[in-house]
Amino acid sequence: MQSLIAEGVDTVFGYPGGQIMPTFDALYDYMDKINHILVRHEQGAVHAAQGYARVSGKVGVALLTSGPGATNAITGIADAMLDSTPLVVIAGQVPAASLGTDAFQETDLVGVTQPLTKWSFQIRKAEDIPWAVSRAFFIAQTGRPGPVVLDITKDAQNAETEFNYEKCKFIRSYFPTPDTDPATVKEAAEIINSAKKPLALLGQGITLGRAEKEVQAFLEKAQIPAAWTLLGLSALASDHPLNMGMLGMHGNLAPNLKTNECDVLIAIGMRFDDRVTGDLNTYAKQAKIIHFDIDPSEVGKNVKPTVGVLGNVKLTIPKVARLVHEANHNSWIAEFKPLYEREYKSVIKKETEPTDGEIRMGEVVKLISDATGNDAVMVTDVGQNQMVSARYFKFKRPNSFVTSGGLGTMGFGLPAAIGAKVGAPDRTVCMFAGDGGFQMTIQELGTILQSQIGVKMIVMNNNYLGMVRQWQELFFEERYSFTTMINPDFTAIGKAYGIESRQVKKREDLADAIQDMLKDDKPYLLVVEVEKQGMVYPMTPAGTAVTNVLLGDE
Amino acid sequence: MEERTLYTVTVFSENHVGLLNQITIIFNRRRLNIETLSVSPSAIQGIHKFTITVFSDRDTIEKVVKQIDKRVDILKAYFNVDEELVHQEIALYKVSTDQLLKSGSVEELIRKHNIRILEMTETCVVFEKTGHYAENQQLFKELSETIGVLQFIRSGRVAITKSKVERLSDMLSAIEKKMHKNHE
Repeated sequence: MQSLIAEGVDTVFGYPGGQIMPTFDALYDYMDKINHILVRHEQGAVHAAQGYARVSGKVGVALLTSGPGATNAITGIADAMLDSTPLVVIAGQVPAASLGTDAFQETDLVGVTQPLTKWSFQIRKAEDIPWAVSRAFFIAQTGRPGPVVLDITKDAQNAETEFNYEKCKFIRSYFPTPDTDPATVKEAAEIINSAKKPLALLGQGITLGRAEKEVQAFLEKAQIPAAWTLLGLSALASDHPLNMGMLGMHGNLAPNLKTNECDVLIAIGMRFDDRVTGDLNTYAKQAKIIHFDIDPSEVGKNVKPTVGVLGNVKLTIPKVARLVHEANHNSWIAEFKPLYEREYKSVIKKETEPTDGEIRMGEVVKLISDATGNDAVMVTDVGQNQMVSARYFKFKRPNSFVTSGGLGTMGFGLPAAIGAKVGAPDRTVCMFAGDGGFQMTIQELGTILQSQIGVKMIVMNNNYLGMVRQWQELFFEERYSFTTMINPDFTAIGKAYGIESRQVKKREDLADAIQDMLKDDKPYLLVVEVEKQGMVYPMTPAGTAVTNVLLGDE
Repeated sequence: MEERTLYTVTVFSENHVGLLNQITIIFNRRRLNIETLSVSPSAIQGIHKFTITVFSDRDTIEKVVKQIDKRVDILKAYFNVDEELVHQEIALYKVSTDQLLKSGSVEELIRKHNIRILEMTETCVVFEKTGHYAENQQLFKELSETIGVLQFIRSGRVAITKSKVERLSDMLSAIEKKMHKNHE
């Protein structure tokens, strides 16, 4: 406990159980310093810690017991690893003498989590706790952030020890930020100066490095149009003139097509995920590629760059920016506009401003974004709701978007939104989920009830697992194998948990319901019955070229 | 698919429990089969050295080594091809004393293969041979085809780079300098 306080921890998400009881007992004495949020399932604790970390920029902490408590946390740990979220997950373990005997609630948590964490360590002696905790926090938040697991045996929790805390600042085998080779900075600047049609790709490395201002200044100086990855959302204001929208499978038409037309591609803190690149053999082959990243193992992993600039983009981008000439690429930038207009006509208008038919997901998202002044934190679940939210929600400031990108974890939304609200209590937190994902962690409504966390939950119900249904329609000859859902009355469930809940079936009731939802800072469940067989367009089918964009109107 | 070459991966790590697992899972994810593995304390106290051989293409081994290097408790990982290394394996062969004596010139066999005799009883003889994989294998083949081999075991590869100093020591002193600079 003292170690956690020494690291500045004031919020913990957890669930007690046999082998972590000594720590929870100690927590009882520190309730004035540490706000512990009791969740309803350990997966929820880890997702909440993720949501907390993503909006606050601090390390998220989850506290759980051994065995099933620990294995329930695995999904969240894997999610945090893929999305580079700083977490410290502390789990109880059977007493050291019982290790390896298949004792009650024993699992080899360190063994299981080694491939899913930055560092996973078992503490067997009380005197090792300060050392391991300080190391855990150092590792979780430095360099490319990620989850760390501490597995503490029950006897180590019980033993008394002299408390001597020294903050970890250095590990000789760990280089969080690689050295930047000045030659690569020079080469990158030269390539950018010679570019006629540059395109920048903005990833989460920018928000993790708190480099939003530096990147914006760099883009403005050389007038480089930019597009963001899913996790790069909110790294630049949505309405910035150089912001061309989102990349990837359900991204915007213009940046995807222009990826294969630009002459220089500048990737900043992103990892060329397959959902962004599509078929690598046809990806940006015409362009010189510059890759800025803090993680040397990402450079060249999926796309071989012409030059890789290692280091924190907060430092490397200004170095390159200094050498870059002011430029204008007006005619190149102008080429994006007609593509946007085409997408607007074919997709966006129908999705966000429909006048007839069932309610569309896009109009729900747009109305809520507008109603919050584009200044809310958006948390999403996974699937159509996620893609539509990412496409139509707008952002003014960074750290405003929380989603499960790499792992694509259904059920992420509700607990992550709880964590986000705890991490940013003064902001409005809107959670968008579908009827499928919402039911995967629906028990966390209990957490909202108990801790009165003012999350605005928007469930867009189409009684389908919509994204899978969309693939079945497009690629499986409309064979809707197990994607229809018979759902309960969600508002009745919300009310059972003491949460104000409202269902909307008609377009004309939508605006009023949203006003009602946003009237105060209390939790609210808004269930919107949306178009049953809605499709998310544009869409680039998996494994095909980025230019192979379906608009759904041909 | 690109030509697969035998690469020797050298890893220096802190001496913590569970490191071998951390390294092998990275090979597992890429479906790379470890040919040989040898783990021992390095020249520097508290640091262990892993020598791993694996057939791979260059692109894959580069990525795998970067991912090993990234692990927190790994000090340094790199890879080499055979030409850059002095490498050696050791093999033990148990043969029947009777068969050996019947086979003709024991001296010739020992001279030809640079064999050492470690143990000799009325029933069996244990040979030791060090050399490259192919050399040790050649002797195994020869013995199998003539007098027969009762038991055979070979070690994993140990290897040293042909460059002068162990690169890790340079790195460690560089790290120490950097640390001092940070603390000033």
